[in-house]
Amino acid sequence: MTTDPRSRAATGPEAAPELQATPGPQATPGLQGARCAGCPVTVYPADDTCPRCGGPADPVVLPGAGTLWTWTVQRYAPKSPPYQPPPGGFVPFALGYVELSEDVRVAAVLDVDDLDGLDHLRIGMPLSVTAGPGVPRARPTTPAEERS
Amino acid sequence: MTGADVLICGAGRTPFGRWPEATGRQLAVAAVNAALADAGIPWSRVGAAFGGSDSAGLADTLVAQLGLTGLPFVNVKNGCATGGSALVSAVNAIRSGMADVVLAVGFDKHPRGAFDPRPEDWGLGTEYGTDGLMVTTQFFGMKIQRYMHDHGITPRTLALVAEKAYRNGALTPEAWRRKPLSAAEILESGMVSDPLTRYMFCSPGAGAAALVLCSPEAARALDGRPVTLRSAVVRTRRFGSFEVFSPWIPGGELTSVSRDASAAAFEEAGLGPGDVDVCQLQDTESGAEVMHLAECGFCADGEQERLVASGATGIGGTLPVNTDGGCIANGEPIGASGLRQVYEIVRQLRGQAGERQVPDEPRVGFTHVYGAPGVSACTVLSR
Repeated sequence: MTTDPRSRAATGPEAAPELQATPGPQATPGLQGARCAGCPVTVYPADDTCPRCGGPADPVVLPGAGTLWTWTVQRYAPKSPPYQPPPGGFVPFALGYVELSEDVRVAAVLDVDDLDGLDHLRIGMPLSVTAGPGVPRARPTTPAEERS
Repeated sequence: MTGADVLICGAGRTPFGRWPEATGRQLAVAAVNAALADAGIPWSRVGAAFGGSDSAGLADTLVAQLGLTGLPFVNVKNGCATGGSALVSAVNAIRSGMADVVLAVGFDKHPRGAFDPRPEDWGLGTEYGTDGLMVTTQFFGMKIQRYMHDHGITPRTLALVAEKAYRNGALTPEAWRRKPLSAAEILESGMVSDPLTRYMFCSPGAGAAALVLCSPEAARALDGRPVTLRSAVVRTRRFGSFEVFSPWIPGGELTSVSRDASAAAFEEAGLGPGDVDVCQLQDTESGAEVMHLAECGFCADGEQERLVASGATGIGGTLPVNTDGGCIANGEPIGASGLRQVYEIVRQLRGQAGERQVPDEPRVGFTHVYGAPGVSACTVLSR
């Protein structure tokens, strides 16, 4: 018998106060996810059931900022199709998981300024995450954003 | 192991690699015939069979080449656990009295290059394909990247794991990659998915492996040296694991299907990681072998940095790992990988591993496969 590190006893629903119900006037523009009504589980993209308990999950907007949990760089062009390279052709790009709250880490393409930026990725760096027409995108948080 | 002992009396494999002239089915027939010859029995003695491939056809059609004896032949299609699931089914067939001689076979043949999954097959939006996130190597890079951060593993350790794989592959006649490469060459072979370089990865390939399993009574009638299968376990992931093609993963400490499957295999066998003299761990790339050493209970997280540098995981070390060169040197025909691992342990425990033989007559062996979408199969074997 093992102890589930995410058991409800360990972290109640109050463990992620930064999650805002949808729709809320105070909600930060961010990714549309869902949160289980019964366990401390937040999923992305939104789903109507919890993958842990099978119970109902309610829509939430995820926080718009977090920290880099892990990353890699796609050094060669993925196979097309399905990959659609940008108009200027493929250039290596970074991707990773952004920890948005205690409950959820979301996969995102990391938009860094140029190839030089690929050398400055580090676990724990602050990132802003936005929903796009494609997969989530994250970019380094500017000092001004960090102060606000 | 709960229930009666099951013995492995025959083990066969083909060389692994690229075989433009041979179909996956032809390789499977060759592996089955090698296993039958090793056991010293004709095909007609086999009472039931289980097997499969991921992308090279149906195993039950092999009867057209092996012989139309009328035996029950069940197809298994379970991704990277295809061989392990066939093995578990074969064990249960013997335990239940369905048959006293049972075949397990795995084979495959994949096209050149990385696997080519479609987002819709994984329940993902098409944007994961168009934006370039349906690439398996990204997952391997990201999992070991975090692990290195948390547990102080260096890129040199990743290179040493691959260096050992090619060194052992050079000693294995059936391996695909048989040219030794130095850690420096591996580090400089070009970054694929940071921190993993080109020569740290295995490649999809072709090959087949087969085992003949017997009840103790049936084994007594044969001449060879049987190996006892102490346990064979397959598990799928629990909530909280980190798997390929995940748009999100839960927070907190990760769970591990390899941890679950290996613990269950050791418990059933009545043995522990400390009893193992030689083992086979899934090494899709160097980082996987590093993490699986800890997930399967052979060391604490972070201890690999010292273990690998000390040569402990080499042939002649305290815990030889992937003595045939593993997936890195053999390539990965998905359906065949798990049974190739068992084949290698059988050879080692019988003292028949030739130039790559682990010294001092190893008594206990362990095998572990892991793959998408979070499945693991483990065995414990003894002589």
